[in-house]
Amino acid sequence: MSKIAEGLLYSGSHEWVKVEGDMAVIGISDFAQKSMGNIVYVDMPDEDDEVVKDEEFGAVESVKAASDLYSPVSGTVVEKNAALDDDPGLLNQDPYANWIIKVRMSDPAETGSLMDSAAYGEFLEKQA
Amino acid sequence: MYDSHVALGAQMSPFGGFMMPIQYSDIAAEHLAVREHCGMFDVSHMGEILVTGPDAEAFVNHVFTNDVTTLSPGHVQYGMMLYPEGGVVDDLLVYRMPEPETWLLVVNAANIGKDYGWICQAAGGWNVKVSDDSEHYGQIALQGPDAEKTASDVLGLELSDLVFYTFKETEWNGEKVLASRSGYTGEDGFEFYASPEVTRKIWDAFLSAGVTPCGLGCRDTLRFEVGLPLYGHELGRDISPLEAGLGVFVKLDKPEFIGKDATLALKAAGLKRKLVGMELIDKAIPRAGYPVEADGKQIGEVTTGYHSISTDKSVCLAFVGLPYASLGTEVGIRIRKKVFPGTVCRKRFYDKKYKK
Repeated sequence: MSKIAEGLLYSGSHEWVKVEGDMAVIGISDFAQKSMGNIVYVDMPDEDDEVVKDEEFGAVESVKAASDLYSPVSGTVVEKNAALDDDPGLLNQDPYANWIIKVRMSDPAETGSLMDSAAYGEFLEKQA
Repeated sequence: MYDSHVALGAQMSPFGGFMMPIQYSDIAAEHLAVREHCGMFDVSHMGEILVTGPDAEAFVNHVFTNDVTTLSPGHVQYGMMLYPEGGVVDDLLVYRMPEPETWLLVVNAANIGKDYGWICQAAGGWNVKVSDDSEHYGQIALQGPDAEKTASDVLGLELSDLVFYTFKETEWNGEKVLASRSGYTGEDGFEFYASPEVTRKIWDAFLSAGVTPCGLGCRDTLRFEVGLPLYGHELGRDISPLEAGLGVFVKLDKPEFIGKDATLALKAAGLKRKLVGMELIDKAIPRAGYPVEADGKQIGEVTTGYHSISTDKSVCLAFVGLPYASLGTEVGIRIRKKVFPGTVCRKRFYDKKYKK
């Protein structure tokens, strides 16, 4: 079973968002890291790059394949998690404690289309 | 054996028309088991084509690039079958069986139908019988430095007399097994050919003894690290073995074989592209199909790439234009939106450890 952290919002492409004012902290869910296996590289945008809701903003690479990351919100990247450059496996160890990017949202209302933890749980069950 | 793989928790995927195990636990763990101890692969999907008859030796030599007239019974040769235009039908192993006028060709799973058709078509006018015996053979590859000891401990087979690329027909539990010292991992090891039922029993015996079951995922990372080609990536209809760096397996001094004239012509005209290794500075992974760039233009394409498990580097094999093929050439590899810097290096990222 995949863990689902409470208090986060989730996208259908398995990213999570933690909303802090107009800031969105973005990572991938436990389901996502489990299906990818050993993560060996995280391709992240740079600070000040624009991201657009539902568009690709980077990728997570396992031995097998590259999986694109889709931004759950629109805005400007204010920080990327540099620790993932040295140790991408952190995403396997704890995908909720290890975020990928922080985005200053241009339209915080966009989070309204994301799922809460309960809805994401049901979403995963339907996928199984 | 599908049910056995699923029972072990394998992630199954279609490959070459078969449902095959990609991984059981974790590609990296399976990969390292083979490099450090040993692991086993169910490669029953591989094709076995038998050529027999008075003309068998001359005919195999006609369709095959290597020279089988130098092969004695109990020996194996690697080589290719070529189209008259010089591209590759398939790469394969040729076994000269102990029985007279009997040759076993082991071919890639995805190419069985094509190869069998090709060989049958070429056999017109030759006094040979060609049969696709793939259904009658299963195959287990036991690979790694502990393979010889494991085969002895678990199956009671004494194989220390075999050197790499030799084989013998033997018996296990009263059943016929062909034990070949060969493989596709760069490690010492064996490939056991037997009936599907006996293959299943060999698999179960190794499993009970604690041998690591390995999927096709790490079979690919292992063969890649030692620079062994995979048909459809480094070899194909539009690729000459010379471009892939496999000229040593194409005996141009043979009187004739299918594809010889085209290969000679390409050699005389000079290669336009070559398969090279590349090492990236960053850890982004160059994957098959990604463009290779230099001087502001595309100069090639990645054929296989991984984050190498044994060397912890991002490396790939790629075809590049000849001016960019020398060691140390600086290139860029386009991975998604960015271009990552890399350097042309040897195709062998990890050294083979065969028993010679």
